[in-house]
Amino acid sequence: MTSDLQVRAENRVVLAHVYTSTAAIALGAVFGVFQGFSRAGAVSAPPWFDYYRMLTMHGVLMALIFTTFFITGLSLFVTYRAIPRERNVTCGWLGWLVMLAGTAMAASEILAGNATVLYTFYAPLKASPWFYIGATILVLGTWIVAFEIFENIVYWRKRNPGVAVPLVVFCAAATFVMWIVATLGVVAEMALLIPWAFGWVPTVNVLLTRVFFWYFGHPLVYFWIMGAYVIWYNIIPTRYGGNTFSDGLTRLTFIMLILLSTPVGIHHEFMEPGISSAWKALFTITTYGVAIPSFITAFAIFASFELAAIKQGRRGFIGTVKSLPWSDPAFAGAAYGMLLFILGGFGGLVNASYGMDAVVHNTIWIVGHFHVTVGGPVALTFVGATYWLIPRLTGRALWKPKLALLQTRLWFIGMLIMSFSMHFAGLLGAPRRTSDVTYQGAAVAQSWHPYMTAAAIGGAILFLSILAFVAVALGTLLQNRKTEPMEATFATAAEPSATTPAMLQHLFRWGVIALAFAVIVYAGPIGEIIRHPGYGSSGLRTW
Amino acid sequence: MHIHRYERWWMTFGITMLVAFLALLAFAAVENSIVPPSGMQQIDPKLVARTPPFDHPGLRRLSDGSYEAYYVAQVFAFDPPLLVIPQDAKVTFYVTSTDVVHGFFIPGTAVNMMAVPGWVNTQTHVFRRAGEYLLICHEYCGIGHQSMFGKIEVTKR
Repeated sequence: MTSDLQVRAENRVVLAHVYTSTAAIALGAVFGVFQGFSRAGAVSAPPWFDYYRMLTMHGVLMALIFTTFFITGLSLFVTYRAIPRERNVTCGWLGWLVMLAGTAMAASEILAGNATVLYTFYAPLKASPWFYIGATILVLGTWIVAFEIFENIVYWRKRNPGVAVPLVVFCAAATFVMWIVATLGVVAEMALLIPWAFGWVPTVNVLLTRVFFWYFGHPLVYFWIMGAYVIWYNIIPTRYGGNTFSDGLTRLTFIMLILLSTPVGIHHEFMEPGISSAWKALFTITTYGVAIPSFITAFAIFASFELAAIKQGRRGFIGTVKSLPWSDPAFAGAAYGMLLFILGGFGGLVNASYGMDAVVHNTIWIVGHFHVTVGGPVALTFVGATYWLIPRLTGRALWKPKLALLQTRLWFIGMLIMSFSMHFAGLLGAPRRTSDVTYQGAAVAQSWHPYMTAAAIGGAILFLSILAFVAVALGTLLQNRKTEPMEATFATAAEPSATTPAMLQHLFRWGVIALAFAVIVYAGPIGEIIRHPGYGSSGLRTW
Repeated sequence: MHIHRYERWWMTFGITMLVAFLALLAFAAVENSIVPPSGMQQIDPKLVARTPPFDHPGLRRLSDGSYEAYYVAQVFAFDPPLLVIPQDAKVTFYVTSTDVVHGFFIPGTAVNMMAVPGWVNTQTHVFRRAGEYLLICHEYCGIGHQSMFGKIEVTKR
């Protein structure tokens, strides 16, 4: 259907995206491990490259660059393979180039010390305008990739009237529909920040920028989670000879994520003045709502495991666990990630819980929480999926698969140690985002120290794990001969798409509804802020 | 589209749990006043030093025996740096920032607020245990963020 030459051209663009994400996690890990040791009091940053510059780099590289480039690469890959056709890959390359240019612009400002504002860039901390412009260009680059995926769906619908879009492409496209709804918030924030950073307008409304940030900032984590779900539903079942549990329920889950991911951001702002408690209560409820598609997913994943085990003649919990391919690095990465996600879900409910959040807000508990979510299910699934992708992109067998397997285990153990330590220290009151937490020997600060040391040990194990990952990823590219066929298959549904209602097929419509829903839910708090504009901030460089 | 019986049970269980948790939070909010701080008062951040009562930050005793504590947060210190409060007294904290966003957090308590320039945030707390408490800025505010902290001494009655 498609020529070998074309598949190679498609693979090259996907490789560019995926290896950019690998470079980001490698560099991000160097900064990360240093931070762990700094908080444990074992090292301190040199004056020419301070802790907070490292922290900004770590956050941007891990949260924005590693995740986004992986998801764009993965989504292009599944679209190209599940909808084979004559095509050129200009959009894929253009998206990559624009994203890379934005990344380079923002990163060079951070490295030069002109944007030590952490990845949340809260005003009135005032970075160089080129940092904000670079970040905006990165987002616009992802929209080009989204366009490429949507264009392929339009093509499919024209050629196959009445036939559902392949499930894996539907999931990837849903991820980008949600992403576009969400990134409108950060683009709105940049429209406030960029003229202010240039000095064209004297002041900025601080609360408004923070609300816009979190309008984007929380769905950002669902963007990562949806990327992981694309893999869990469509790729992981092929590793144990299983099926996606149900076509319809999978589509329903992704549509629910489109709808529910965005109107939740204010749960990051519960401790804030200027937003009344009624709106905070509303956002508690909406944040709880977004747990529902994850419940459906938990059921679907475990049901798929069990159905595959029954097919092999095994029964019960132990039989199911034993039937799974634990020595396959792609499966192991995702499966350890799923286990970590259970812990992440528990913590997340605490954070979203209105009054209870006061105990943990801005403590290192939160850092523990997002490391056991984005650093657990998301990153570990992506790392495992990279082991699955590279042979299919290069035709080369994975270099040292045993090292890859060891890597996933190290990650799981390292993350458990680091994240648990952070959670406990957070409950004792240790703050996040702080280079040194000794406070001149205050008694309460001394009670955090053992946990900070344990977190640093966990971080060091994670660092080793990332080194192993980079070694396998590079080793495969440079060392191994081409032996593998480059085909990729995706899981088929145990309950096929024939029974899926038509209303679960329309992505564009659900995207419009999601945007309308987000606007309605945010109208209250944003309206309140606009009615009380108060005093703008001219901005400061405090680093 | 068929939805398996077990899946229905699981979803019912999950959603019931969510509703139960929300009911508990609502009960705690109404019955025990466990609500997040949401100060709605505005102040010109440039004029904080001239705006009473923030022109003289510190503790005030009210006629009903409770206290008000006014705090100014600015890079990289709290004013007042030390507060002495009697045990079991009800104290309402008021905090504002003159520059960037700061945090206002007393480890070991649920006193946890963001100090945003232009706004006064507020929260009430009763210190049941005497001793020395740390007050820390828990939002990154610049190069000296880690040295931004104060002390609160709760004296035995």
